[in-house]
Amino acid sequence: MNAPVANKLVLRRSYFEASARARVAAVLDAGSFREFLPPEASEPSPHLAVLDIPGAFDDGVIVGSATLGGRPVLVIAQEGQFMGGAVGEIHGAKIVGLLRRAVQEKPAAVIFMADSGGVRLHEANAGLIAISEIMRAVLDTRAAGVPVIALVGGSCGAFGGMGIVSRLCSAIVMSEEGRLALSGPEVIETVAGVEEFDSKDRALVWRVTGGKHRYLTGDCAELVEDDAASFRDGAIALLAGWQEPVPASSTLRAEQARLTERRQRFAGLRDGLDVWQALGVAEPRQIPLMDRDSLVALKKGLPA
Amino acid sequence: MSLQHILDGLFPAGHDVSVHGQLVAGCAQTALGTVAVLGTTDAAAIGHDIALGLAGRVLDVVDQHPGRPIVFLVDTKGQALSRAEELLCLNGSLAHLARCVDLARRQGHVSLALVTGEAVSGGFLSFGLMADKTYALADAQVRVMDLKAMARVTKIPHERLQELAVESPTFAPGAENYLRMGAIEAIWDVPSAALLEAALAGQQAAGPAADERMARGVERGGRHLAAATAAAVVSA
Repeated sequence: MNAPVANKLVLRRSYFEASARARVAAVLDAGSFREFLPPEASEPSPHLAVLDIPGAFDDGVIVGSATLGGRPVLVIAQEGQFMGGAVGEIHGAKIVGLLRRAVQEKPAAVIFMADSGGVRLHEANAGLIAISEIMRAVLDTRAAGVPVIALVGGSCGAFGGMGIVSRLCSAIVMSEEGRLALSGPEVIETVAGVEEFDSKDRALVWRVTGGKHRYLTGDCAELVEDDAASFRDGAIALLAGWQEPVPASSTLRAEQARLTERRQRFAGLRDGLDVWQALGVAEPRQIPLMDRDSLVALKKGLPA
Repeated sequence: MSLQHILDGLFPAGHDVSVHGQLVAGCAQTALGTVAVLGTTDAAAIGHDIALGLAGRVLDVVDQHPGRPIVFLVDTKGQALSRAEELLCLNGSLAHLARCVDLARRQGHVSLALVTGEAVSGGFLSFGLMADKTYALADAQVRVMDLKAMARVTKIPHERLQELAVESPTFAPGAENYLRMGAIEAIWDVPSAALLEAALAGQQAAGPAADERMARGVERGGRHLAAATAAAVVSA
């Protein structure tokens, strides 16, 4: 294997299109990653085998240790190309184990590269329970003083239970191409009709679930370009001087007030364009055309 | 089973619980003293308003009644399905509710969830599965998706899924499957004060609750891989 060529390929690929392994290689310090339960030490999901579905030896998620900007971190990277990054029994347990390890080891952070539609339907109960265990493990990790940083910019976004998990993390770094929500647009269209949500209208889907919208409304902390180096820089910048707060009623009261106020302020709105206008953006239709830096500058200038 | 019937069965010593739309809130008397009662009824779809309504009330209990046990009543068909809800990051409001339940645990409140009707996906995750322990009434329906819809989405014949569901608790709906897999502690035939009080007393005696659902799943033979996999990652 010709390493320089491989590196070049990794650098040229967008984060959105990259595999989980390519993201791990490009986001973390070069050569620092050590995988726990690598494919040669694991078994594919027997729950898929019984359904005659080909499994993956890593069950669609990579966990391990690495350094980021020289600081020790633990890492989770979901592979969106395997069953949509969906969470089954083994997949979920690897994530829970990694988070429990973080409680013991107390690394500088856990970097959680989410790329998942949520529960893997073929293992629906195991997947739902695993998501619940991940939720509690994320909060245990944070309560131990270890920040958990979610990176959302993969082809499957972060939906379903993984949308909830992402918002339980200390902060989210997101690209414009990233999507973050609970129900997928296809599910809403199927149940409530195409008038409610046209899942084929990509621009609309993006205005409701995409990175720029989530950034403008404060649901992600950092907006970055769609390349691994930008995600890396975004995560390093967030972690510099980060102090993980002790779980407290006052913190959650403040969030409760923010969410309640927002709910009232934007009641009845159904399109990002309307929300951006209400936020004070003079020309909401320009938002989709803006580059990342201009959007960040625009947000800084919005009324508080 | 009506909410009134359930409340009367769980709290014969008296309760003051009211229903706001589909949100249930109040308090009740038990042998352990006053408990907070919070939850949903009529298979509520959980949107921002219910999530924030429950979250605010959990914070009220934490701030105003230190140590008071919390009983969550779960009857939800899942998350609300609408574009307006997603536009304001519904996953964020459900995460906020989950954090509030988690905070109550860390502040010394024991909590118990009882599935009284339906328990589906996101709605179940945000509070029912966040309690220290989760129980279900015998006629409760716990699921991610019913088998017919699952067959459509996975393109696996319905008959094949039905066949496999006889042996495996991993994917088919049913409280019994969640019991075998360790996520539901026990199934109650009727809403019973004796069972509720014994459960709460047991939790108070045990102290701060760790998440032991993987171990329960192994003991009960319904979930073999999770515990060993997580342990292997911890020690790798």
